[in-house]
Amino acid sequence: MMQRSRHIFATCLFSALCAVNAACHADSDTGVLRGAGPAYPGVVPGETLVFPRDHGAHPDFRTEWWYITGWLRDEADVERGFQLTFFRVRPRIAEGGSSRFSPNQLLLAHAAVADPARWRLLHAERAERSLPPLAGAGEAHTDVRIRDWSLAWSEAPGVAGAYHARVGAGEFAFDLELRPEGAPVLNGQGGYSRKAPDPKHASYYYSRPHLKVSGHLSAGHDAHRVTGAAWLDHEWSSEIMPDDARGWDWIGVNLDDGGALMAFRMRGEKGEPIWSAATLREADGSLRTFQQDEISFVPTREWRSPRSGTVYPVAWSLHLAGAGNAPVRTFRIVPLMDDQELDSRASTGAIYWEGAVRLFDDGTEPQEIGKGYLEMTGYADRLEM
Amino acid sequence: MNPALVRLFAASLGRRRLATALALFAIALGVALGLAVQLIHEAALDEFGRGMRELAGEADLQVRSGRVGFDEQLYLTLALRPEIAEASPVLELDARLPGRAGTLRILGIDLFRVAHVQPALMPVADDRDARFAGLQPDTIFLSAAAQDKAMGKGRGVLRVQSGVKVVAFRVAGTVPGAGVGQALGVMDIAAAQEAFGQVGRLTRIDLKLAPGVSREQAVTRLSPLLPAGISLSQPEASGTEAAALSRAYRVNLTMLAAIALLTGGFLVFSTQWLSVVRRRREFALFRALGMNRGTLLRGLLLEGAITGLAGGLAGIALGHLFAALAFRLIGGDLGAGYFEGLRPSLQFSPGVIGFYTALGVAAGIAGAWLPAHDATLMGPASGLKAGAAEAAVLGGMKESRGRGALACFGLGLFACLLPPFGGIPVGGYVAVALALACAVMVLPWATRFSMQVLNVGRGVVWRLAHARLAAAPGQAVVAGAGVVASVALAVSMAIMVSSFRVSVDDWLGTVLPADLYLRASSAGASGFFDADALKLVENTPGVAFIDTVRATEVRLIDGRPPVTLIAREVSRGWGLPLVSGSLSAHQRDDSTGLPPAWLSEAAADMLQLAPGSTLSLPIAGRMNLFRVAGVWRDYARQNGAVVIGRDVYRQLSGDLKVNDVAIRVVAGTSVDEVALALREVFSDDLVDIAMPGEIRKLSLEIFDRTFLVTYLMEAVAIMIGLFGIASTFAALSTARKGEFGMLRHLGMTRAEIGRLIALEGGLTAAVGVGVGVVAGGGIAWILIEVVNRQSFHWSMDIHVPYAGLAAFSLGLVVLAAMVARVAGYRAMRQSAVLAVREDW
Repeated sequence: MMQRSRHIFATCLFSALCAVNAACHADSDTGVLRGAGPAYPGVVPGETLVFPRDHGAHPDFRTEWWYITGWLRDEADVERGFQLTFFRVRPRIAEGGSSRFSPNQLLLAHAAVADPARWRLLHAERAERSLPPLAGAGEAHTDVRIRDWSLAWSEAPGVAGAYHARVGAGEFAFDLELRPEGAPVLNGQGGYSRKAPDPKHASYYYSRPHLKVSGHLSAGHDAHRVTGAAWLDHEWSSEIMPDDARGWDWIGVNLDDGGALMAFRMRGEKGEPIWSAATLREADGSLRTFQQDEISFVPTREWRSPRSGTVYPVAWSLHLAGAGNAPVRTFRIVPLMDDQELDSRASTGAIYWEGAVRLFDDGTEPQEIGKGYLEMTGYADRLEM
Repeated sequence: MNPALVRLFAASLGRRRLATALALFAIALGVALGLAVQLIHEAALDEFGRGMRELAGEADLQVRSGRVGFDEQLYLTLALRPEIAEASPVLELDARLPGRAGTLRILGIDLFRVAHVQPALMPVADDRDARFAGLQPDTIFLSAAAQDKAMGKGRGVLRVQSGVKVVAFRVAGTVPGAGVGQALGVMDIAAAQEAFGQVGRLTRIDLKLAPGVSREQAVTRLSPLLPAGISLSQPEASGTEAAALSRAYRVNLTMLAAIALLTGGFLVFSTQWLSVVRRRREFALFRALGMNRGTLLRGLLLEGAITGLAGGLAGIALGHLFAALAFRLIGGDLGAGYFEGLRPSLQFSPGVIGFYTALGVAAGIAGAWLPAHDATLMGPASGLKAGAAEAAVLGGMKESRGRGALACFGLGLFACLLPPFGGIPVGGYVAVALALACAVMVLPWATRFSMQVLNVGRGVVWRLAHARLAAAPGQAVVAGAGVVASVALAVSMAIMVSSFRVSVDDWLGTVLPADLYLRASSAGASGFFDADALKLVENTPGVAFIDTVRATEVRLIDGRPPVTLIAREVSRGWGLPLVSGSLSAHQRDDSTGLPPAWLSEAAADMLQLAPGSTLSLPIAGRMNLFRVAGVWRDYARQNGAVVIGRDVYRQLSGDLKVNDVAIRVVAGTSVDEVALALREVFSDDLVDIAMPGEIRKLSLEIFDRTFLVTYLMEAVAIMIGLFGIASTFAALSTARKGEFGMLRHLGMTRAEIGRLIALEGGLTAAVGVGVGVVAGGGIAWILIEVVNRQSFHWSMDIHVPYAGLAAFSLGLVVLAAMVARVAGYRAMRQSAVLAVREDW
């Protein structure tokens, strides 16, 4: 669920572009703007997601993202994390305009590489209005691009389909093929993922864990052939955030046994959980969803950012209630490196932690059981939307 | 030279304060004018260039077109090219401000692209919760200068013209990156395209190249992708273009300054000559006391240099004052419209100050050169003799100058044939200087010749005056040189201005044949008539038929300002002031079948095309061939204009907009009534309605205002000429005390001697004026046929204001006689006995 950070990213980039130090107000979209078309559709339970159509863009909805995180291993067995997010935003501006430049759909992208040898993240971002073929989001299947950055599904007869992710920035670049094994995992109630006590705060949300990755990655002057495993989230919504949320914690982990775990909690003003949910796909393919008090996030170690002074709980214990009389399952979350903070206040206004983590079991001699990504927002200044 | 000697020479200047002051004034005026023009223009160009650089930001290359723009597809093509790291599309418009003077530059930008290429254009919203403010279709961001220019105080809405309507934008914030004095508005590119009827069009793409790609490589590889008429150049090129745009205008003003400086030099010459003549005995004494020729020469040149230096310094101060005043009152534009809206600040540059001071000194030294040279040729012994001064005046000018005059004439003719150098008619200016020199050299001969012609004896006084001038033409040179120079300058300017004015008047008559004109805006700005607006015009009662004019811009040569492309009907009697070729669209000798185009003289010169040749014009991104059917005279568009048929243009471009509408009213209908009816249809602020009479009156008023400064220069020149007469005759009267005493002894009355002097003055002036008028005619011809043709590329019909010139000449001769009489008065007052005795 990452929506908060991604949403903040999408909206604050613009307010920062448009008004230095301007606060963003999520509720300012009242439809009174000139050129605002029809209202945003609501997210309701009971809708059936249809693939491959729902892999593509949903331009009527306010916000949408395709979010890929993963671990890569190069020829020398060096492990790195990577992240690529494409956002689509419908600002309800200039809808029905005759200019091709009409900013009625905006696209943003954000990419990062976590390289333990550097002890920090390499990251870059892009923003454009939708203007095919320069930038756009296709509706038939996943196909989003901003200039030379892209994430697109391709398939040919007789060959299993795969995503292709291409990113080139000054400091780093990657060109990866991501091949899914198995069907998408629908989060929440068949893809309806509730975010707060009020059911209108929800999204359509599915994940594709265990994407088999192969391709090229360069960081600095070094180019590598890489393989690994990644995770794709695709989520679209119109009114996802409750007003009283301060931030959230999210993980998405590929378990070594073939299972997959997604969990999030939204925190209120004082850090108290407002809403929590999780999806666990077991190795046998069975799916369990968790909600509210069936989940608890317990911080076990904190790290203070030398740059922003923000304190992040970089290590966690995650407890999931057992089914029936089964005992509580506990996981330990340990970061690839502590400093995976993204300080983009200068450009996007957001400052948060988003990084590669390992998952351990709760034994006396903990065994690594999976790898994934952790995101934590709202630990720095309270983020306004 | 030791200080005592410096004092010795410098003190002489103090003894002739008025003469020195006038010479100083002329030099100061020349220096001031030249300096002011340069200061104003440099500051404006600097400001312009800085503005361009700011707007171009970090761009390595710019794709540019005229105001018409190009298809936005080019941006998509270029942005995906591997040579390009960043591309930023811009739609630039000059938005007309209803009810306000001038236009506001509005840049439609893509916020996301501007951040990477032109950060200075980044808009900043005032409002704290102005989400997406920079993308809203109804908002605009104004630079501080634009706020001042386009907005009333405390108003949050900007109203601009689009077509014949008003569009309003909410002012959502500022453009802090825009330089001081840069008046511009920034808005979203999509909103700008829609608000100004430019959907699908861009006017500029700023490009940042990928690492490792050089500008040359990029130009080579990308140029084939560009539609015709679109240039790919470095951002600095537009500054060069602006400089080229205003060069001719600057040269013109600088020429005025040069004429003032030249006049100053002449004045130094004539006062210095007189002074040298008067001080012959003094110099002979110096020489006898051991001063060598070199020292004498240097001393006399020093006198000229001091005058020049003082004039130069006064001119520097005056020039800065002029420039500062001009900045405060009219901005950096010099009234020519090239840098409208810029408010540059005055800058002191030691180099420029040094150069203009040196120019003043050079004028002083040049004026002093000939007299000083002559003074050194004198033998000390002969100079010490009584009457030496008179003898010097009498024999001052020898035949040797005749060859010089011939040489000047020949060289001048040759200089007229030279092509312009870098767009500046250097040959023409050299010919003007040579014509002046020739006139002065020919003066002794002219005096002798006219005295032979006038050898019709009447009274004693006439015969005496006649005999003196016939015998001593050198005197005429001294007194007359100033007259010749000033008359020549005044006459040439009078003829040129008169020819120009008459030609402009005729031209206005030809280009404004209709009864009524409607204008939505000039070529570049945002006003235009669309089909609906034209319907409204046509349906107005009293309108018999209308003709439309579409004016846009095309870039014919890279690095040169764009040429105005005018699409209109040429037949139907709406003529063009042709200088060659024919108006008929179908010519008998034409086998090409190409559509006709008519070039203005400036365009024909620039392209070096004559009727019958083939012209290719970039229209709608394609090259289209035309046949040059004629060349026409255009005083309005100095960078050139091309007229093509309206239907041909519409067919090629698909552009149906119209800038001007010419209306012929139904016979018997009052033009005023039709104008009134149209006024009710269109808002006063949006459409100008004018009758040809008004346009013509206004145009001629502007013309007269522009040339006011030349009348001032003429007046100064005449004053200087008269002063030459006065000072010469004052000196001559002193030198001829003995002669006058003798005449008194022989029985002449004082009044008769007074008449003698007046007559001599009048005759001298008459010869000077005669030569000056002839020289002035020649110079006028050079100015019209060489200087104007080469620098402004427009021809005119020579029109000599005979009556005015005759009255002027006669008046000048009478004035000269009076001045000579007054100047010689002192000599006549003296006792005859004393005057005779003094010489013995």
